[in-house]
Amino acid sequence: MKVISAKELEDLRNEILAGKDQDKPCIAVCGGPGCLANQCLEVRDAFVNEIAAKGLTDKVDVRTTGCHGFCERGPIALIYPQEIFYQRLSIDDIPEIIEQTIVNNKTIDRLLYTDDEAGQLVETEGEVPFYKKQMRLILGNNSKIDPHSIEDYIAIGGYSALVKVLGGMQPMDVVDEIKNSGIRGRGGGGFPTGRKWESTRNAQGDIKYVICNADEGDPGAFMDRSILEGNPHSVLEGMIIGAYAIGSNEGYVYVRNEYPLALKNINLAIKQAREAGLLGDNILGSGFGFDLKVNRGGGAFVCGESTALMASLEGKPGEPRAKYIHTSDKGLWDRPSNLNNVETWANIPLIINNGADWYSAIGTESSKGTKVFSLVGKINNTGLVEVPMGMTLREIIFDIGGGIPDGKAFKAVQTGGPSGGCIPESLIDLPVDYDRLTEVGSMMGSGGMIVMDEDTCMVDVALYFINFLMEESCGKCVPCREGLLRMGEILTNITEGRGRMEDLDLIQDLSEVLKDASLCGLGQTAPNPVMSTLKYFRDEYEAHIKDHKCPAGVCTELITYSIDADNCTGCGLCLKKCPAEAITGETKQPHVLDAGKCIKCGICYDVCKFDAVIKE
Amino acid sequence: MTANESKVDSIIDEYNAEPGSLISILQDIQLEYNYLPEESLEYVAKILDIPRVQVFGVATFFKAFSLKPKGKQQIHVCMGTACHVRGSKKVLEELERKLEIKAGDTTDDGEYTLETVNCVGACALGPVVVENEKYHGEMTPIKVESLLNSKKV
Repeated sequence: MKVISAKELEDLRNEILAGKDQDKPCIAVCGGPGCLANQCLEVRDAFVNEIAAKGLTDKVDVRTTGCHGFCERGPIALIYPQEIFYQRLSIDDIPEIIEQTIVNNKTIDRLLYTDDEAGQLVETEGEVPFYKKQMRLILGNNSKIDPHSIEDYIAIGGYSALVKVLGGMQPMDVVDEIKNSGIRGRGGGGFPTGRKWESTRNAQGDIKYVICNADEGDPGAFMDRSILEGNPHSVLEGMIIGAYAIGSNEGYVYVRNEYPLALKNINLAIKQAREAGLLGDNILGSGFGFDLKVNRGGGAFVCGESTALMASLEGKPGEPRAKYIHTSDKGLWDRPSNLNNVETWANIPLIINNGADWYSAIGTESSKGTKVFSLVGKINNTGLVEVPMGMTLREIIFDIGGGIPDGKAFKAVQTGGPSGGCIPESLIDLPVDYDRLTEVGSMMGSGGMIVMDEDTCMVDVALYFINFLMEESCGKCVPCREGLLRMGEILTNITEGRGRMEDLDLIQDLSEVLKDASLCGLGQTAPNPVMSTLKYFRDEYEAHIKDHKCPAGVCTELITYSIDADNCTGCGLCLKKCPAEAITGETKQPHVLDAGKCIKCGICYDVCKFDAVIKE
Repeated sequence: MTANESKVDSIIDEYNAEPGSLISILQDIQLEYNYLPEESLEYVAKILDIPRVQVFGVATFFKAFSLKPKGKQQIHVCMGTACHVRGSKKVLEELERKLEIKAGDTTDDGEYTLETVNCVGACALGPVVVENEKYHGEMTPIKVESLLNSKKV
């Protein structure tokens, strides 16, 4: 199936479409990371087996797709052509779905989503409040295609942007289109993509590289993984277009080793694209050639930094270098290189197909297009959401995310991963774009959005990120290596009740040094979690230092457990479960907790059914 | 050597013995032996004709590599931010107590290795513990015992 011209690709598309019966039922089972962890493959197999048992194999398709986004409700299946949205499936539900929905064309109320606010069941995906407010330009195709099928991608218009580019656009036209679209890098920094391309295009050198950064290391972020797993050809198409614009014939995809399915799917997509003639020499008869290799990361967060990533591609430890040497001039193997993140690459075909004007109409003045966020933490609707830039935090967290579970109060939202900051409730109406997030002391980052409630201790969160970065610091430059260590010590002291008020000035000073003197983005942005929590939640720091109290009840050294004799029924459950043998008492008599022996694991608090264990 | 030379040879050959492929080569050796036997590192340095310090540098820089053999059962506790705010630290502490090892270590009988991982992308289920590729969601310290017991059968 090699296509050697734009016309042949168009013929192939028509042929694929002609062979598809649009009315034929198709069950799209979400195979995203959240659903996979929820045993969705067993659900998929149950569909296949049941369909076979009923003799319907030729009449119904089953498709395992990439992430649909609504992880909270997994395993999820969409039934085409009606787009019926079934959620929280188990293998026991499958025979009923085949019998009722596929054969008799009836929906099963029990498996539908209930819109609590409207007090009614909703049938289709588009009506679910979680999806209604989203603009799923990038993620929306995930449920429509099998990521292992290049035909599926071609059928939904895939590689048509490449045809447009190779069929009549000069490389500089492509660069201009991307510049005019206003798209900025989705990996974290938010540098204008078109300008990056232009610099690399103008750089001196015969050999240039394009690189896809898929070393998604931010804890709590999995959007790049879901794009690569769910729609790998969209990333490839973006890269081929970018390579043509820049004048590159070789590329790399650097994938986090912890993402085996993403690795598998991108490798398969590359193989298929090569077989189809969309990678290799003389693509679509244009004379332009491009091919790429996949490299696996080694599990180092710092390798998400572009220069560390390139060092790793060269087979060296992933240590960053000073930024005055521009990657666009001297990148991989000292040759001009252009590195963009997965989501950025996936946006390119959209921009080419629909035009820069269309794209730049979405979003805010300084941030164009949509952004995918992983909405996680203390939130009702955990999942991947894609919204136009400029949507407020309130809309994302409450309208799409459904608010905070168990009636708890919202405290903060953390964006930007370890480089970002915590945004308090007073700023909940902040429109989300690159500059507004930076203004309030956080950043866009790759798009993690971690929601925190009243039970989250902000000092503990700051310490969590500092510990994370301390572990991940490559150790090359002193401010980052030593500064994080000292900052970790100070924060540990505060969380363990040994803090002093002057420590707060000290971490402020340290933060300034790290920001100004660190070599790479990891160190320069490392103080953000500390500075933002100190700015917005100073009272929590002071409570730890002055009162030796952790208001959220998280820092173990500052809390004590005891048993309320009035509520204790003497059931003995806590006594049995206590790993430290700190609880004593006769059956049916109030128990006693020996604070001296207590290791504060909190198990007694969790197991007690009578609210008799007190945490102070 | 413990590592079979011909096996390491075939891995190196797959990458045409390119020094730039050092990380990929070490990853495949790690996959084969579950750790990086020291002899294999010296052998790789010799065949690729690069200094041993570079090979050891890479092997100790990246988290994916281990110079110590790992246990038969691998337990990974997700320490992503979403899992952290939902209490993954307490789950880890309970596992450390029950297995009598610290994160990163292997039990003396070579049965379990306990490790932390930055994020497994299953945030909706947090806190998550991955035991030999099987995901256990919404973990609590109380559930740790039954998780370990189910493995002993």
